[in-house]
Amino acid sequence: MLAMNISMMPAAVLNGLMFGAIYALVALGLTLIYGVLHIINFAHGAMLMLALYATFYLFKFAGIDPYLALIIVIPGSYIFGYALYRWGIGKLSHGKDQNILLITLGLSIIFENAAQFFFTADQQTISLSYSYDSFDLGFVYLSYPKVISFVASLVICLMLWWLMATTDLGKAIRAVAKERQGARLVGINVENIYAITYGIGIACLGAAGCLLLPSFYVDPYTGNIFVIVAFTIVVLGGMGSIVGALVGGFIIGITESLGGLFLGESLGQIGISLIFILILVFRPTGLFGAKQ
Amino acid sequence: MSLLKSRTGILVMIGIIVSLFVPVFVANKFYIDILSLILFSAFLGQSWNILGGYAGQFSFGGVIFFGTGAYASSILLTTFGIDPWIGIFAAIAAGALAGLFIGFISFRYGLRGSYFALITLAFSEVFRVIANSVEFTGGGVGIFIEHAPGIKNLQFTDPAGYYYMALVMVIISLAIAFWLERSRFGAYLIAIRENEDAAEALGVNAFRCKIYAIMITGAMGGAAGTFYAQKYLYIDPPIAYSIGMSVEMLLVTIVGGMGTVFGPLIGSFVLHTVNEVARHFIDTPGLSLIVYGVILVAIIGFLPNGLIGLFKSQKKQTGGKSDA
Repeated sequence: MLAMNISMMPAAVLNGLMFGAIYALVALGLTLIYGVLHIINFAHGAMLMLALYATFYLFKFAGIDPYLALIIVIPGSYIFGYALYRWGIGKLSHGKDQNILLITLGLSIIFENAAQFFFTADQQTISLSYSYDSFDLGFVYLSYPKVISFVASLVICLMLWWLMATTDLGKAIRAVAKERQGARLVGINVENIYAITYGIGIACLGAAGCLLLPSFYVDPYTGNIFVIVAFTIVVLGGMGSIVGALVGGFIIGITESLGGLFLGESLGQIGISLIFILILVFRPTGLFGAKQ
Repeated sequence: MSLLKSRTGILVMIGIIVSLFVPVFVANKFYIDILSLILFSAFLGQSWNILGGYAGQFSFGGVIFFGTGAYASSILLTTFGIDPWIGIFAAIAAGALAGLFIGFISFRYGLRGSYFALITLAFSEVFRVIANSVEFTGGGVGIFIEHAPGIKNLQFTDPAGYYYMALVMVIISLAIAFWLERSRFGAYLIAIRENEDAAEALGVNAFRCKIYAIMITGAMGGAAGTFYAQKYLYIDPPIAYSIGMSVEMLLVTIVGGMGTVFGPLIGSFVLHTVNEVARHFIDTPGLSLIVYGVILVAIIGFLPNGLIGLFKSQKKQTGGKSDA
């Protein structure tokens, strides 16, 4: 039994790596929002679920390929996130962190149940003509959707890193993250930057939704699966660190895949939560986080 | 002020007397059942309120203590044949111990605010997976409790029995909150909530106070677990450690008013009434929870002190005028 499991290890690691890239994308949005706004976006999972539904209905009613839908869903998510923060969360929270936590919790309750109300609680999947085609690497088959999502996630991470590191907008966002008051003094519209950052974070979810749907499913509670995982990655990689989110995503993807292989379905889930608790307790700044 | 105090006292006495006679005058058992549910939810809210409202430590895992208590008394009953009257004290002890364990780990390493909320959420997942995987909890099958009505087993054929049991629990929980507001310990907790560093600078042992607070929360949650198990006669990991129940605890408290004696009761009453009314008109799954979410967002946005804040701010205003 054990020998068989060990022979399956390379395949499990590779599969974990593929799924980890999507985890990284989800976590990227969360870490960006945390790094700049210093808030925990509890509605993250629910918004991923909305992105998955958007992709699903674009495919079902307009016949748009999920990977093509990226160019619609990403800007759509950005606008949704921007508007939601600018005229919703930002206004209602009175600037208190714990209020934002609770408001985003309230939003996730609203989104999940509205989804159940409008889209029913049934699991929905899509099947593409190339869903079951795969690369044969000799020891493992990698399906096209997984490979595409892996590559696309890496490209999006790279683009985000470029945006943050080189553009004026990125500079402004980093300035607000470091020193709110100082940024305001040099003429940066802090409220606007907050809303833009929130929008970019949700846009990452839009991308994740498009890339995830072909190899996954959607129902009103899909997002919950990703909430704890995404928080774990963000804490593991260091709150606010883009590189950390990417590395953390891979580590968690592989851990989950190996945990499932060696501990079984039920007990395998515990690995993520335990890593989360241990990191919070022993190294709350994470692997790549700045020392406070 | 003394007038105000006695007025509150008289209102509480009237409230208790009226609620004692409710099952006598309300013939419809359906309403008695809903009232028991309101009281049960208010009790859970109050347990969350001790740690979240007074001490300012927002937990997203309040259900841990509920589930642990429910398992403690149910396992004692089904495996060892020990009466739930003893079981409920075992549940209280188990809840307090779970509180000690989680509190020690989280507070020892200085987790605050959102980090504490997240670690309690993670702990509730860990507890759920463990309860699902080990044998003595019955694993995924859960535990069935034999239906044997009688006061000895804390089981009743008449819903009024559960109503009175929940009523006693709520009165005890109100007394705990009332004591807290007037005790030195309660003042320490409020000081920690307002500014932990300043409280420590003044000599408050924040770590120890927070541990005591989470143990009280845990003890109350444990008692609620036994109540639930004896009422519904079944528990399994998704019920015992459901995130939904953790959310409900903080929801009723925040809607009613955090850090107040009557907040959780008011919040529970309002939310459950809204829920039942909404269900009466449109019986579609999900709709009542949408209403919950909207109420939560609206309360944070427009009434940060909860519904009870509506009354409090008026009192303060009139008090200020009479001073001037």
